[in-house]
Amino acid sequence: MRGGTRLATAVAGLVALALAATACGGDDGGGGGAGAGGELVRASWGEPQHPLEPANTNEVQGGKVLDMIFRGLKRYNPDTAEAENAMAESIETEDQQNFTITIEDGWTFQDGTPVTAQSYVDAWNYGAHIDNAQIGSYFFEFIDGYDDVHPAEEGRQPTADTMSGLEVVDDTTFTVRLREPFSLWPETLGYAAYAPLPQSFFDNHDAWLEKPVGNGPYLIDSYQPSRSMTLVPYEDFAGDDAAQNDGVELIVYTDNSTAYTDLQAGNLDVADDIPAAQLRNAEQDLDGRFINQPAGIIQTVSFPLYQEEWQGEEARRIRQGLSRAIDREQITRTIFNDTRTPATDFTSPVLQEAGGYQEGLCGDVCEFDADAAREMIEDAGGLPGGSVTLTSNVDTGSHREWMDAACNSINNVLGDTDACVVNPVPTFADFRNQVTNDRMTGMFRTGWQMDYPLIQNFLQPIYYSTGSSNDSGYDNPEFDALVDRANAAESEEEAVDLFQQAEELLVEDMPAIPLWYQNGIAGYSERVDNVKLNPFSVPVFTDITVD
Amino acid sequence: MGRYIIRRLLQMIPVFIGATFLIFVMVYALGDPVGALFGDRAPDPATAARLRAEFNLDKPLYQQYLLYMRDIFTGDFGTAFNGRPVTELMADAFPVSFRLMLVALAFEIVFGIVLGVVSGLRRGRAVDTTVLMFTLVVIAIPTFVLGTTLQFFLGVELAWIDPAVSPDARFSELIVPGLILAMVSLAYVTRLTRTSVVENLRADYIRTAVAKGLPRLRVTVRHLLRNSLIPVVTYLGADIGTLMAGAIVTERIFNIQGVGYQLFQGIVRQNSPTVVGFVTVLVLIFLLANLLVDLGYAVLDPRIRYA
Repeated sequence: MRGGTRLATAVAGLVALALAATACGGDDGGGGGAGAGGELVRASWGEPQHPLEPANTNEVQGGKVLDMIFRGLKRYNPDTAEAENAMAESIETEDQQNFTITIEDGWTFQDGTPVTAQSYVDAWNYGAHIDNAQIGSYFFEFIDGYDDVHPAEEGRQPTADTMSGLEVVDDTTFTVRLREPFSLWPETLGYAAYAPLPQSFFDNHDAWLEKPVGNGPYLIDSYQPSRSMTLVPYEDFAGDDAAQNDGVELIVYTDNSTAYTDLQAGNLDVADDIPAAQLRNAEQDLDGRFINQPAGIIQTVSFPLYQEEWQGEEARRIRQGLSRAIDREQITRTIFNDTRTPATDFTSPVLQEAGGYQEGLCGDVCEFDADAAREMIEDAGGLPGGSVTLTSNVDTGSHREWMDAACNSINNVLGDTDACVVNPVPTFADFRNQVTNDRMTGMFRTGWQMDYPLIQNFLQPIYYSTGSSNDSGYDNPEFDALVDRANAAESEEEAVDLFQQAEELLVEDMPAIPLWYQNGIAGYSERVDNVKLNPFSVPVFTDITVD
Repeated sequence: MGRYIIRRLLQMIPVFIGATFLIFVMVYALGDPVGALFGDRAPDPATAARLRAEFNLDKPLYQQYLLYMRDIFTGDFGTAFNGRPVTELMADAFPVSFRLMLVALAFEIVFGIVLGVVSGLRRGRAVDTTVLMFTLVVIAIPTFVLGTTLQFFLGVELAWIDPAVSPDARFSELIVPGLILAMVSLAYVTRLTRTSVVENLRADYIRTAVAKGLPRLRVTVRHLLRNSLIPVVTYLGADIGTLMAGAIVTERIFNIQGVGYQLFQGIVRQNSPTVVGFVTVLVLIFLLANLLVDLGYAVLDPRIRYA
């Protein structure tokens, strides 16, 4: 027994030693972290999926950086989502097709070179050209001559190096000729893809990518890919939304749970992605330092209108019936903890009334009513083939949970446990390939994150017969005609009105069922103030103050 | 000895080629990755075609593989979709995972062997039962639960450590993640050592050593431990590879951008250069660790010779 005691003591000693070492290590880490943090705003980040080029970024993590280091012609007001002039002094047109753009004098890139009309024209030509294979090149498709630098069919060679619709007049003026009239076009220019680029981008592309140089309120101080990025205020920033803090440190988190734990431990100031499992407690955990506001994202389920069984009058009524059979209120409350709002139109509340959002435009058709739904579906001859599938990728975003709930809702309404069947697809890539190759047979998930806060962006790309994301194959000449007229309209009110008329057709035809608007969610620490999210759910870093 | 090593090294070549080919085929079977790059938007066919050409995805599988192998021999492991060369990703990730592996391995060796020897020597006593219970509990609780719980208590409640490891991933920050990573293996090492010690305690040479009147410590360390370690060393050697590649859960919990993270990203984005590159290096590490283990046998047991 004596030996046993000695051994036990030794073991206890070792454990104590390990704990002491751990505690020491912790202190070291904490001290280092705080030292590096200083007055910087520490924010969570994810690795951008593409190189950080303006026209090659289509997701929020890369967009976060671009929003800090670039200012384009316009900027979307973080509160109202309205496009306001940033670098643009004026954008004038008489026919909604030919625009004369004058930029403010005195703006410089962070390498000291001036921002000129040429910087814009070069950047846009780069973004559009097929040789550069930019993900966001479709942003330039409205400009005349786009087809020459970016042929629609694969394999065809471009016939020009630059778009004929762009012409530099002098250092601060250039003209743009669009392919067809598009009255709201100037409002699209707040998107990052339209940012100007300095000469160094073209001269030494690799070096630029390692440390991008822009003209925005922040400049990149250091960048460790897949780890962190430190941004400091750009002293010579010429815009009026200069940084109100000493800089921002973006830290890559591989898992949003860790970011949330770090936020609770006080090692992080802004986390704009809160794990679903924590949403229930976040408001309380963070003592109210929690943001939950509408974002420019709408979730819908679409129908494969290219399949025969989904065509015709009966199928139309079945689609409407299915829409009435989904209890949106209950799903958004129980599964999403009110971080989604039941949709009552095809746009998003971030547009606000003036921008074309109209609460309740969808009317009864988007309201849950079990009896009405059953009647509509039964009157129209029941579901084609007796049941319908609901397909989505299930690797992210609680898709599995809400699909189960939506199908349950439909099954309860129809009193048939097999009426709606979930068809999970393992990966997003696989799912998108099936969708774009028209291989769907039943309902499938479609989500839309706006490119710019315009009603046009919620309708044309998705429901126009040749729209770039018309996954359902919806083709209604009447709808197309209304969109065309809206784009040629002379005033914004008139355009919005015409778009809403087109939207009414969608309610009739139901090529897709609006489910819910997605909210932007963020939590922040006690150290910082004035945290808010812009319409794209990205924190407005320039406004954040550090106590 | 020298010829043995050369033979072993030559054997690695077919294993290397076979492993890379299998992984390449498996990533290829996941389907076309280009569509996902465009998000919820339908890809523009011309841009998608250009991207496919850039990553050689427009060619038949065997040709893709041959092109990939050709590049590997010139030191080019391809590019990930975010435009970074895979070699750069490896240079970032492997040192971090290696450090984490070292910490975990140190825990396994020190605590695993000490606890194993102690419980083996005190077989059936309270210490033995306690240690066995402890290992049972550790094996039963998933790493994820243990990791997040410890992270929350040490990081948020007690604030002794930072919940997330900084990008530099210093040794001092890796102690808790290393402990979590080592836990399950540690339990196995303990049990393995204990069994081995118990068995060898009855061996003739131990009785002889005790009868000769050697000091107890010398008997334990020189005679008993050395002979008992062979199965343990085999296990540890195989575990090196597992610790580096299998740290994905631990790495996620503590935000460590190591091999597990990069592999995960590569698989999610279906980027074969990333996946194949990382796995290839892991395969090499596995093979080398096994070779070292085999050579280590001779050191531990003089009766083993290689020719």
